[in-house]
Amino acid sequence: MTVLELSRWQFGITTVYHFLFVPITIGLGFFVAGFETAWIRTGHDRWLRLTKFYGRLFLINFAMGVVTGIVQEFQFGMNWSAYSRFVGDIFGAPLAIEALLAFFLESTFLGLWIFGWDRLPRPVHAACMWIAATGTLLSAYFILAANSWMQHPVGYHFNPITHREELTSFLAVMTNPEQLGTFPHTIAACFLVAGGLVTGIAVWHLLRRPAAGGEAAETTAAFRSAAKVGAITALVAAVGTMITGDVLGKLMTMYQPMKMAAAEALYHTAQPAPFSLFTIGTLNGSRPVFQITLPRLLSFLATGNFSGQVKGIDNIQALYAQVYGPGSYTPIIPVTYWSFRLMIGLGLATALIALVVLWSLRKGRVPVAARSMWSRLLLWAVIAMPFLPLAAMSVGWIFTEMGRQPWLVFGQMKTSAGVSANSAGEVLASVIILTLLYGGLAIVEGGLMFKYARAGLDAEEPAGPADGDQEPLALVY
Amino acid sequence: MHLSDLWFIAIAVLWAGYFVLEGFDFGVGILLPVLGRDQARRRIMINTIGPTWDGNEVWLLTAGGATFAAFPGWYASMFSAFYLPLLLILVALIIRGVAFEYRGKRGSAAWRRSWDTAIFVGSLLPAILWGVAFGNVLHGIPLNAAHNYAGNFFTMLNPYSLLGGLATLTLFILDGALFLALKTMGDLRREATTAARLSGAAAIVAGGGFLAWTEFSYRAAGHVATGVASVILAAAAAVALLVALAATLGWGLNGRGSEPREGLAFGAAAAGIATATAALFTALYPNVLPSTISTAYTLTTGNAASTAKTLAVMTVVACIFLPFVLAYQAWTYWVFRKRLGAPPQPAPAAEPPSPRAPEPRPPQAPEPQQPTAVR
Repeated sequence: MTVLELSRWQFGITTVYHFLFVPITIGLGFFVAGFETAWIRTGHDRWLRLTKFYGRLFLINFAMGVVTGIVQEFQFGMNWSAYSRFVGDIFGAPLAIEALLAFFLESTFLGLWIFGWDRLPRPVHAACMWIAATGTLLSAYFILAANSWMQHPVGYHFNPITHREELTSFLAVMTNPEQLGTFPHTIAACFLVAGGLVTGIAVWHLLRRPAAGGEAAETTAAFRSAAKVGAITALVAAVGTMITGDVLGKLMTMYQPMKMAAAEALYHTAQPAPFSLFTIGTLNGSRPVFQITLPRLLSFLATGNFSGQVKGIDNIQALYAQVYGPGSYTPIIPVTYWSFRLMIGLGLATALIALVVLWSLRKGRVPVAARSMWSRLLLWAVIAMPFLPLAAMSVGWIFTEMGRQPWLVFGQMKTSAGVSANSAGEVLASVIILTLLYGGLAIVEGGLMFKYARAGLDAEEPAGPADGDQEPLALVY
Repeated sequence: MHLSDLWFIAIAVLWAGYFVLEGFDFGVGILLPVLGRDQARRRIMINTIGPTWDGNEVWLLTAGGATFAAFPGWYASMFSAFYLPLLLILVALIIRGVAFEYRGKRGSAAWRRSWDTAIFVGSLLPAILWGVAFGNVLHGIPLNAAHNYAGNFFTMLNPYSLLGGLATLTLFILDGALFLALKTMGDLRREATTAARLSGAAAIVAGGGFLAWTEFSYRAAGHVATGVASVILAAAAAVALLVALAATLGWGLNGRGSEPREGLAFGAAAAGIATATAALFTALYPNVLPSTISTAYTLTTGNAASTAKTLAVMTVVACIFLPFVLAYQAWTYWVFRKRLGAPPQPAPAAEPPSPRAPEPRPPQAPEPQQPTAVR
């Protein structure tokens, strides 16, 4: 493999992996902060137990997000130095500001939250989690602005003397229309992930135990509350993801028509254009063997009009060859086609499960362990619930990034031009080392998440802060 | 002064902050197998840096991001040239960061031993490699006309840079030992002071030697003023380290030997690390990455910088937000200012208390704090 291919694999592996932890961090932080605030406001012990329970899962996950994030910042320079030189004047600032504004907030206030149970007054302690969670949003804003700039560069000009892109308007970069669609879409999806996680684990606990009284009833009530809050959040987030996704689809049609055509494997310009749910057969432009299509839907997704025109891959390829010179401007169609469908399908499936969970909780009901078919189905659905939106996000990013190819910065720099002049041996070494390390850590992290998710609310004695305990909880690690 | 000069200074400040702050984190990690004879001690040691290590590491991320934004040419050439050393540092920082969070998450002794090893190795490697990397920056590396690296991994292992690695290693151990002396009590505090004396002496030799070698051989022929300033800063760093060592020995200005003055020692060591970093950056100026192939290929604050527009945006953002960052980081240190006590004599200390079970409270706990796990 060439340095280019190895570098792309490394970036793909490390980024998709990093982004497994990011949405959980962003969404779950707000759940934990909300639970703690509910505890302070109501005084109900159940909210404190939920705070500690989901807080533990949050921190196990957060650690992985932090350490894999360092790799992200470094590998622009390590593996994509030509790119870094070419766009650093624009692309570097969001990264630096992200560290200054967001990473300091997250790390410092989480440190205070973890170790501060007995050192800080309750509202201040809860505020630390709110601040850390806000930090994750800021972080997302800046890094997504950087990514949006690669999808749709704005606020810059090419300087022929320095041979690089230079900033003309920072405000334009920060308010890139692409970014204004991408940020809410991504954040809504993060809440879908976290809602799925909170709900999935809570309902799983409810389904594991028969209805009971006494202390167990208190635990049941806690998990029921969590399930309800989580499912409502997931549902609202799913609607938000759909609306913003629709906006993004229209932006994509405007800015990156090839990506939209590749999402449907639409080779020839069509008006109106159908959307296929499923295709058997090759996607290379020959006739599919079997296909389920929804007429006119692609036209609506792409243009907002059921009889709008959607340009085809072949037509755009011909156009780009004229504008940008000879070469292929077509991404890998099976990847874009299936990742686009999977993203939508998995997201919708999560929303459906959230609806089912809400139904099962209606009017004070509690789903309990039973031998019924319904109970078993619900069990499998909630086990899948954290994973489906996470997978949807992964394929969503794969679609976004692979669909932009061959461009690194759309219309400005091809991916092949951005790579460092490293030796293939070096990059192969880093691909192998990072992949093995990440694989090992996935087992460790997955094991811990499973252990503490399963252990439930009583994993530890609920040592509440300021409950007359004279001794500060100084040793946490 | 150009904005690019201002950002050169800003990046120097970020690295100085990083070396002082994560320096003691690394030092504590390296001293873990030395001073952490039993589980209870290791737990206290790790928890002295528990609330703050992550925030300290963000100084590195900010330094990296600031380099990318203010000097894309520097960031691109340096990070791609130092590919393998940075990969090692990344691996070290990954296992170390996870280790802090995960070591208490399971009860088994083997589990914790593994993570404690990860903390040690994850602290030791970067403590050496940052010095080696900075040695190479000062020394210069074979950069070609395209500003790409034309050497290999072994090009970087020259004696000067290796001495740089030894300098950062000993300085960080000193930093960590003094931090432990400040944050613990009893035997651990005394032994940390001893470790500070030994590592302090070593740091004066290695760090002083590295600075002297820098001033004699690798100071950029920039302006006379920066040359003089660099020598003065290097001398000030040496003096600060001597003060730190003297303070650990309890030598006061009044001439009477007394108790070690840990606060003074830690402050002086931190000042020493910061001034030493400043001396290195001043010696480097106006270069940012010299080429050993031809001075024409050298990256400078001029040819590696971003546009004035980008630098202006960054300056505004930094001026508004940096004071807040400094304020709340300082506040964290204030919140967690108390010393961590040796845990009350544990019941037959065969195995550490499980992190998940509340530890039985001894009838008359003499020390103010005991390892009660929240998570």
